[in-house]
Amino acid sequence: MEKREFTITAYTENTVGLLHRITIIFTKRKINIESITASESEMENIYRFTIAVTETEELVGKVVKQIEKLVEVHKAAYFKKEEVVQQELALYKLATESLTNGLEVERIVREHSARFLTIEKNFVVIEKAGYRREAFALFDELKPFGIKEFVLSGRVAVSRAEHGIGAEVRELLQAETNT
Amino acid sequence: MNTIEAPSKMETKSTKTTERVTGADAVVRILLQEGVDLVFGYPGGAIMPVYDSLYDYQDKIHHVLARHEQGATHAAQGYARASGKVGVCLATSGPGATNLITGLADAQIDSTPMVCITGQVPSALLGSDAFQETDVIGISMPVTKWNTQVTRAEEIPEALAKAFYIAKSGRPGPVLVDITKDAQFQEFDFNYEKCTGLRSYVPVPELDQTKVQEAADLINNAERPYILFGQGVILGNAEKEFKTFIEKTGIPSAWTIMGLSALETDHPLNVGMLGMHGNYGPNLLTNECDVLIAIGMRFDDRVTGNLDKYAKQAKVIHLEIDPAEIDKNVNTDVAVLGDCKESLTELTKLVEPKSHDKWLQRFRDCDAMEQEKVIQNELHPTTDLLSMGEVIRIINEKTNGDAILVTDVGQHQMVACRYTKFNQSKSNITSGGLGTMGFGLPAGLGAALGAPDRTVVTVIGDGGLQMTIQEFATIYQTRAKVKVLLLNNEFLGMVRQWQQLFFDKRYSATEMINPDFQTIAKGYHIPTNKVTERDKLDEAITEFINHDGAYFLEVMVGKENNVFPMVPSGSGVAEIRLE
Repeated sequence: MEKREFTITAYTENTVGLLHRITIIFTKRKINIESITASESEMENIYRFTIAVTETEELVGKVVKQIEKLVEVHKAAYFKKEEVVQQELALYKLATESLTNGLEVERIVREHSARFLTIEKNFVVIEKAGYRREAFALFDELKPFGIKEFVLSGRVAVSRAEHGIGAEVRELLQAETNT
Repeated sequence: MNTIEAPSKMETKSTKTTERVTGADAVVRILLQEGVDLVFGYPGGAIMPVYDSLYDYQDKIHHVLARHEQGATHAAQGYARASGKVGVCLATSGPGATNLITGLADAQIDSTPMVCITGQVPSALLGSDAFQETDVIGISMPVTKWNTQVTRAEEIPEALAKAFYIAKSGRPGPVLVDITKDAQFQEFDFNYEKCTGLRSYVPVPELDQTKVQEAADLINNAERPYILFGQGVILGNAEKEFKTFIEKTGIPSAWTIMGLSALETDHPLNVGMLGMHGNYGPNLLTNECDVLIAIGMRFDDRVTGNLDKYAKQAKVIHLEIDPAEIDKNVNTDVAVLGDCKESLTELTKLVEPKSHDKWLQRFRDCDAMEQEKVIQNELHPTTDLLSMGEVIRIINEKTNGDAILVTDVGQHQMVACRYTKFNQSKSNITSGGLGTMGFGLPAGLGAALGAPDRTVVTVIGDGGLQMTIQEFATIYQTRAKVKVLLLNNEFLGMVRQWQQLFFDKRYSATEMINPDFQTIAKGYHIPTNKVTERDKLDEAITEFINHDGAYFLEVMVGKENNVFPMVPSGSGVAEIRLE
């Protein structure tokens, strides 16, 4: 089976060590996690993990079941690329003099729909939200001007389905409060 | 937006009155409230406050002092499997905690309910590489169903309530609660409520009746249906429902090593053992059935052999409590999720009464072949060398199938599981998934304490015995009435067999120059006997079984005997070899 890009989403409790428990499932099968993000979700006190992997669908399906099996995980699911709206956030730190020697950097930033997050005396920080490949395209263009620091966030994604799996979690929680 | 206040449902009926106690005292009181009257463990610095509290409750909680923490875990496993209760282990931090890991891994893969409580360095020292500090939470995470660290006394009740609930609910498993020493000393207002549910955890999936109907349709239309049953039947206390189901449908049923004893050996539909050293028919005919019904089993590779050559012709029905097991190894046509006690009851209502005499006859024909080529010779050898099988045969004659069999890992395990007769469930205790040498002696001790009214025979090889041989001391100290049978072939027999068959007889590091086990057992004050001749065997086994108390019997068996049949590693189940 062909390896493809997948996004795994898990709604969880917020407990110490859960991140480790989740990553063990990947380590056990020698799957490389491309990025992993934990954040608040649309539900109070419910956290959300977003994990990016490139693997076969069969293996991703098995991994998702193992994640959902964890005591502190409410629901887990995986999505193909076309099933999610996804973004990553990149920050590029350049010397301020890269701006003072012409308009090139500003042009590039504009063309890439990026923006200046801050302009300080000695450095500027450019922010770009988008796909991974867009972040790297901008990186390549900025490279000649000397990138002092570059960082790319993990993938965040929401499903294109009307309710996603969040609706299922809400139902579970609702059923719980009713009993 | 939903707001959920409490992460766990707690029973409301317990008393709300609080009492000022230390964390350590709370631990012991909680054990009592959870119905624990026996714990296994080993004291040390970081768990000393809990041991000090135990001193006040000696009349209510019996503490079994193992001689190594690994022994404590296996004893707790043996206790849990024989009694159906949760096994409890106490250990100190650092090496005490790391010594639990093998037992935790074993309990995890064999779904044994166990609660391990470890002491930890004081919370102010966490992360400082303090004396006997180890990250037991991190280390035990891959081998526990759940674990948590407690750094304040107030957290103890909820942590332990969850621990007991998680260990025994759904698919059972081991959990670990790590309690810092300062939390054990701290005083707090104690109040305990048992945990009855966690909002993020579904221990038993809801049964889907449409799946039950689909399964019933497949079964009703099957010509050669075949059942594989595992430990799920035992863990779900579904032995009766299982028997009703197979008797109504007349389907031949084979067991995994973990499912052994769920159905009595002599039942006409019990066709034998699955897997690498299982019976001939059950393996061969896996690839001839038209509907394969897996009940509470997980298609371990030792059962399936090469998956590309496994039951490709069959429709597969899987009755299973753990959704992660569905399609993990073998693709399922109909997955019936739920507790098999319930799903079997519902399924039995929908299936038609049938018999499959011709199909069953195939199993009997295969059995006749195996009898002639393997079993007869193993149980009634014609050479002077004693065989493991004849020892087991004579034990069967003395116990009539009423004993609990505990086994270690290796050739003796396969032989004992193949030939021991069982009349009742929860009678087979072995390290199935992990294959932990050293399991047998402590697990036998635990089983004897968990089922004090039953005869417990633990069968061990000379390799495995020496891995946890110190537990003879625990047997002596507890007066546990465990019968320890050593089948001594002076080899790591299973590895030697593989070396003979697959490594050109290059016996690398498998011969054992052994100590005098008789002297060792005597040193531990255990009555002993040793048999080297066939004519002494019957009498020795009679004494072994009838002796009121622990007993050590050593039988010298053929050094280079092999276990057959065998599905060689990487082969399909139908490629099973009889010789």
